[in-house]
Amino acid sequence: MTNQQKVIAILKGIAARVIEEQRFLTELDNVIGDGDHGINLARGFSEVDKKLPSMADKDIGAILKTTGMTLVSTVGGASGPLYGTALIQAGKAAAGKCEISMPDFIAIMEAAVQGVMTRGKSTAGEKTMLDAMIPAKEAMEKEYAASGDAKTALAAAAAAAREGVEYTKTIIATKGRASYLGERSLGHSDPGAASFTLMLETIAELA
Amino acid sequence: MKKFINDVQEVEKQMIQGMAKAYPQYVRKLDCGNVVVRAQAKEGKVALISGGGSGHEPAHGGYVGEGMLDAAVAGAVFTSPTPDQIYEGIKAIATDKGVLMVIKNYTGDVMNFEMAGEMAADEGIKVAQVVVGDDVAVDGSLYTVGRRGVAGTVFVHKIAGAKAELGAELEEVQATAQKVIDNVRTMGVAIAPCIVPAAGTPGFELAEDEMEVGIGIHGEPGTHKEKLRSVNEITDMLLDKILSDLDFSGSEVAVMLNSSGGTPLMELFVAYDHVADVLAEKGVKVYKSYVGEYMTSIEMQGFSLTLLRLDDELKELLDAKADSIAFKA
Repeated sequence: MTNQQKVIAILKGIAARVIEEQRFLTELDNVIGDGDHGINLARGFSEVDKKLPSMADKDIGAILKTTGMTLVSTVGGASGPLYGTALIQAGKAAAGKCEISMPDFIAIMEAAVQGVMTRGKSTAGEKTMLDAMIPAKEAMEKEYAASGDAKTALAAAAAAAREGVEYTKTIIATKGRASYLGERSLGHSDPGAASFTLMLETIAELA
Repeated sequence: MKKFINDVQEVEKQMIQGMAKAYPQYVRKLDCGNVVVRAQAKEGKVALISGGGSGHEPAHGGYVGEGMLDAAVAGAVFTSPTPDQIYEGIKAIATDKGVLMVIKNYTGDVMNFEMAGEMAADEGIKVAQVVVGDDVAVDGSLYTVGRRGVAGTVFVHKIAGAKAELGAELEEVQATAQKVIDNVRTMGVAIAPCIVPAAGTPGFELAEDEMEVGIGIHGEPGTHKEKLRSVNEITDMLLDKILSDLDFSGSEVAVMLNSSGGTPLMELFVAYDHVADVLAEKGVKVYKSYVGEYMTSIEMQGFSLTLLRLDDELKELLDAKADSIAFKA
């Protein structure tokens, strides 16, 4: 079980990780995008970090929703609406909850994935963050059904997300700015898949 | 990185503030963010809003004024503004006749404007949108998110703005904007990249004898690199691509030769000298030409060539009065 304090600690951890890795994410984006992914996410998560103390007495749904709204209004680019929508939808799935179990988290991930698919009009195999999110969600579900252990399930999800990032190197982008590069996008990881993986790794580590 | 700035975090805000202070007769900055609106709002017409990342000046704030845009929203450099900022812009200019959003086709811009449009529609504001995709350098196929919106967007502002000023309804202004989009084609090239202040390093690198072909307007690499050639050969290449994409033969056109920010007028006029000759040879009649900085990429050394195929309606709207910082007619 994960309670509100833990969720806030995890979000704080994610913010720190994103800010720490902003140069790495921006460099990935320089190759196949426009080189602002790290800068934009770091700006958004710094704002989230500032707001976290004021969220301490809210339920988990409200915490996730506020985080999403903050990202929508501070990140910009494509990642703002995408991560923002993911967290707003995640917040709806967790509405009113003060504790979340692993099955709850699976439902939250499902809502986040659906949110990204709808907002981005995208699906798996288009070299986007979904190529890390979808396999991660599936691995988490499968591992939890098999072992019943949350920690193992989250570790499996993070591993699947990392594999997803590797997979994005092997495919041509058909969504986002990288789609204009055609075959030139081959061999490079998708920055959104990479940033999602950093976030999920932090969740697996701290939950 | 060498730039005339104070703090990389403050560039966008100070730029918008400076624009509003320099041209109070044209624009007013909203308190809530990097949004400028027409200094003298006009009631009873469809309101036009556009925007995008900063770094494209004079786009889009420079096109706010009579017969053009009613509001422009500026995001961080080369980054779409956020939905709440766009929403503030929409609320500030909304009329009973509705609001048209002119969006350049970039994934981030489209998503942020659509979210803002949803927020405004929830408040009962009538909102419609058009998405400009004029860049022939990239493939508008199923396998991409469609062509990018670049300098041709300025013609959409001008012509749809004139239509709105005449009192047309939202659907009519939207249809006119779409007509411009269907008839406008652009392609660009660069010989030196630009530096996004917050990044501090160029988005791509070019050798002394190389150029980047099919450049977008966000400092991103183009479709490919080539050996630098004479500007006549370069404009031939751009014209070939544009003219083979849409049938301009026998048509009257508006031509825009746009600097990416670092190309001087001297070189633009050298390029235009040849553009005019080739178009005459090919039987394309130039109705009006525009040479200068219209849609830049900070200090990038590059230029784009835009052709807009005109009919009587578009000619009349192109000639209609416009009074903004960067576009007058």
